[in-house]
Amino acid sequence: MITFDDVVKVYPGGSTAVDHLTVELPTGKLTALVGPSGCGKTTSLRMINRMVNPTSGRVLIDGQDVSQQDEAKLRRGIGYVIQSAGLFPHRTVLDNVATVPVLVGKTRREARTAALELLDRVGLSPEFAKRYPAQLSGGQQQRVGVARALAADPPIMLMDEPFSAVDPVVRGQLHAEFLRLQNDLGKTIAMVTHDIDEAIKLGDKVAVFRQGGILAQFGTPQELLEKPADDFVAEFVGRDRGLRSLSFDSAASLPVQPVSSQPDLELDDAGRPVRWRSAGDLGGVFTASDSLRVVTDLAISSPVGIAVRVDEQGKADGVVRHHDLVDHLLERRR
Amino acid sequence: MNFSYLFDPEHWELGVPGGFPQLILSHLGYSALGLLLGVIIALPVGLYIGHTGRGSFLAINAGNAGRSLPTLGLLMLMVTLLGLGLLPVLIALTVLVVPPILTSTYAGMRAVDHGVVDAAKGMGMRPLQVLFRVEFPMALPVIMGGFRSAALQVIATATVAASVGLGGLGRLLIDGLAVNDYSRVLAGAVVVAVLAVALDLILALVQRWVVSPGLSGRRVRRATAAT
Repeated sequence: MITFDDVVKVYPGGSTAVDHLTVELPTGKLTALVGPSGCGKTTSLRMINRMVNPTSGRVLIDGQDVSQQDEAKLRRGIGYVIQSAGLFPHRTVLDNVATVPVLVGKTRREARTAALELLDRVGLSPEFAKRYPAQLSGGQQQRVGVARALAADPPIMLMDEPFSAVDPVVRGQLHAEFLRLQNDLGKTIAMVTHDIDEAIKLGDKVAVFRQGGILAQFGTPQELLEKPADDFVAEFVGRDRGLRSLSFDSAASLPVQPVSSQPDLELDDAGRPVRWRSAGDLGGVFTASDSLRVVTDLAISSPVGIAVRVDEQGKADGVVRHHDLVDHLLERRR
Repeated sequence: MNFSYLFDPEHWELGVPGGFPQLILSHLGYSALGLLLGVIIALPVGLYIGHTGRGSFLAINAGNAGRSLPTLGLLMLMVTLLGLGLLPVLIALTVLVVPPILTSTYAGMRAVDHGVVDAAKGMGMRPLQVLFRVEFPMALPVIMGGFRSAALQVIATATVAASVGLGGLGRLLIDGLAVNDYSRVLAGAVVVAVLAVALDLILALVQRWVVSPGLSGRRVRRATAAT
């Protein structure tokens, strides 16, 4: 657990970067720090590994005040990933990843063996090991950056806009891989981003900052979307937050009508839905593990206004009409 | 004027006083000593200024002032102060090579990507580790550039040693002019020029060897072409 206890950072010249921040980032979870530029999110992140020291207040890791610890040793125990990766251009990919293990006293050989495994872990084949950073694409560099931060197996990772230097398609891939990795590893992660969508997608918790280094709201993504603390947060999370908040609710609780109620739905011999006899293309199906957002999208885009649910074998096992869906959504708000 | 002096085999015999081998050796000796002293002074100062950002005015001003000092004038001043001998020559040559090494070291350090230094600190490198494992290797191509330019200058300028009674290839110029033997002057000029070019080639090879392929872009281009 990372604790900010009434932390203030005032830069020489008098500008306040962080204003009385008190917040707890839970262990094993990803907390996204999000806000407009100049809101103190990066300064807050950098106070965790003492790249910046607070003017007053304390930052604690598992109850230990970081200001009492040796800077270099503290940092070696905290993974650090920055925008555009910050890889060492004069070292091979493998030696980049091996950096921290070598710093903490592993032999170069041990460190390289471990580094090779990590490359695999972040989805890079061994042929990348001998390359130099300049030979990699932005997305590949960022993967190496993540592997390098993971190399000493630190319980905590700090990530400063780790995905903002890559194009949207690659960013989407990296998000998916990163979520999978975090699922396996369960690190305590603090991630700075200016992109609220990224914060909502990746964060278990989201801390929204406003200008002047003030924490505007701290909560789960769903809380942010459904109960924004004030106009600033509402504005910041965006206009379609109602629709987006549906991403966090499972379709499992959604009441369905029996398939037999829809003779217009054509099934094949195995019971799998094929098409609407009257209107043609099905437009897609959903399962009980999908979110309400998926169902809503299907119901809206379906030519007959009906979303079809299938079981694990792909057999149609229910339908949702759009007015039933709207009723359910209204029910959910109460 | 002709090449008779240069191509006279007698002048190339080993161990002959005033022959080419002996003159080249002493010429290289003065140059190497000047370069060595220059590196010992300029490299640490440049690294310190580049690493800390403190005293950058020193790097810039020393660079400019040093460049405008005439080496021959400085040498004469040193001789009047210290008397004849090796020391005044070494001081003059050191003052010649310090500016290019100092300014290139400082410039190379300044050009190191801040993000990379930030990452190095953030991963837990101590200040000296950041300096020697990250900043210095990354600044090395620029530093080597300054060193090569200093080496060229010192080879060309070490001829002044002869004007205060020492050896080196300057002997051919001074003595040749004194007795109107232009063939000898020409020989001295050609050997100095060839020596300078040869040294630069050797240093280019050294640079390939000490600079990481990740920085020079050689490996990079080949690999990208292959994919």
